[in-house]
Amino acid sequence: MASEQKIVLSELTNVSSSGNDVVTISINNLHKAFGKNEVLKGFTLDVKKGESVAVIGKSGSGKSVLIKCIIGLIKFEQGSINVLGKDVSKLSSKELDLLRVKVAFLFQSNALYDSMTVRENLEFPLRRHWVETSKEEVNNLVMEALTNVGLAHTVDMMPSELSGGMRKRIALARTLILKPEIILYDEPTTGLDPITAREISNLMVDIQKKYQTSSIIISHDLSCVKITANKVVMLIEGKNYAEGTYEMLSQSTDEKVKNFYI
Amino acid sequence: MLPKQLQKFFGELGLISSFAFRFFKEGFTPRYEFSEMLRQAYFVGYKSLPLVALTAFIMGLVITIQSRPTLVEFGAEDWLPKMVSVSLVREIAPVITALICAGKVGSGMSAELGSMKVTEQIDAMDVSGTNPFKYLVVTRVFATTLMVPLLVILADAISLYGGYLGCNIRGVVSWQLYWNQVYETLTFGDVLPSIIKTFFFGYAIGIIGCFKGYYTDKGTEGVGRAANAAVVLSSVMVFIIDLIAVQIIDLLNLT
Repeated sequence: MASEQKIVLSELTNVSSSGNDVVTISINNLHKAFGKNEVLKGFTLDVKKGESVAVIGKSGSGKSVLIKCIIGLIKFEQGSINVLGKDVSKLSSKELDLLRVKVAFLFQSNALYDSMTVRENLEFPLRRHWVETSKEEVNNLVMEALTNVGLAHTVDMMPSELSGGMRKRIALARTLILKPEIILYDEPTTGLDPITAREISNLMVDIQKKYQTSSIIISHDLSCVKITANKVVMLIEGKNYAEGTYEMLSQSTDEKVKNFYI
Repeated sequence: MLPKQLQKFFGELGLISSFAFRFFKEGFTPRYEFSEMLRQAYFVGYKSLPLVALTAFIMGLVITIQSRPTLVEFGAEDWLPKMVSVSLVREIAPVITALICAGKVGSGMSAELGSMKVTEQIDAMDVSGTNPFKYLVVTRVFATTLMVPLLVILADAISLYGGYLGCNIRGVVSWQLYWNQVYETLTFGDVLPSIIKTFFFGYAIGIIGCFKGYYTDKGTEGVGRAANAAVVLSSVMVFIIDLIAVQIIDLLNLT
């Protein structure tokens, strides 16, 4: 745990946008239903390069469904999603695989492969995409990703031997290993104590600064949203009900928005 | 309109059929996951070996001891090795081995894939550019399809050895005489069809175990239920395949 504390904690300020106007994710009029339950009813959002957008909303409001649609894990019925200029719904499975190299996904449950060591977990996406990479290069990339999250010493441990916070960091290291341009975070601080949650939030900010990634953060945790997001979108009744900075929304007089900030 | 339960049954039947056909589509097109397949073959074959060997030995011994009094009654005691070898090789060793694999391997696969599903590991595999069906299902189904017949061949040999010991508990049958009688009795018509049907046993065990795990829902409770359903369904399938195999063997007059 000692090396966990070595991580440089960022100041508790919002990440400033790079000012680049290139749109990396463009979601337009997205509709998704499960049977009769219509979850997304015309959701629209643009994420610019280097921007961190937090999507907040009640449980079951379709936040996780939204980012799973972006990465192609869930098919949507209507609307369009463009990621790095590619229409996700029109990509073949091979093209989708190539796009996924540039788009990383941090799962709520971390989704570390429990039959593999930390090293094997990190090597897994590398071996899939960069077949020609030498053993030494793979090792260097693994160690670099682990050092970035302050857990180089866990390289030969099994996920079951790690604490919740450490597992989250390893999962984050695995998303970083392919040097993605976009990171999608699904509830990155859920289930963590407030100190570890803040460490993870700061780590997300550090990563965003270092790699200039764009990100969508799905969260209930307002302190995480405050630290990490440039823009906050409230997903209510399947639509983007309100948009703005954290401070703007926290001062809103709208009942539904106010309820969330109480 | 069909009753709800019947709808559910046909729905699942359709799903499992497309899952079984998808194996052939994905299994014979690149990319091939050889190292994962070898790892699975090791788990299915090597790890099940002690249990299969012990069960086969006991079955050989018990069948011989149980058959002896009836044959003695008819004065046909010297037919004991012949009778025992045919029943062991044709039926008992393949079915018992398949049932053990359904219990041990099928439930293990279902529970493993089920917990991977509920902890989003299968989704994680998908987003990291790996086809989870190829990596998880195809490798496991190939492993069971190839390993169950090998385990059955081994179970045949061990159960016949159990039969030899069984013959010598009450009477005296020399090692050479016993094996001479066994070889005289067994023909390719006994051995080959019984081995061929075990490929289907292995395929069914793998497909059902993986299917139940791959489509697990409702969290950890669902994982337990999937493992249970995998054992029950694959055991029943072993008997159904055996029934069909016997009819085909009989129709083709292979015995």
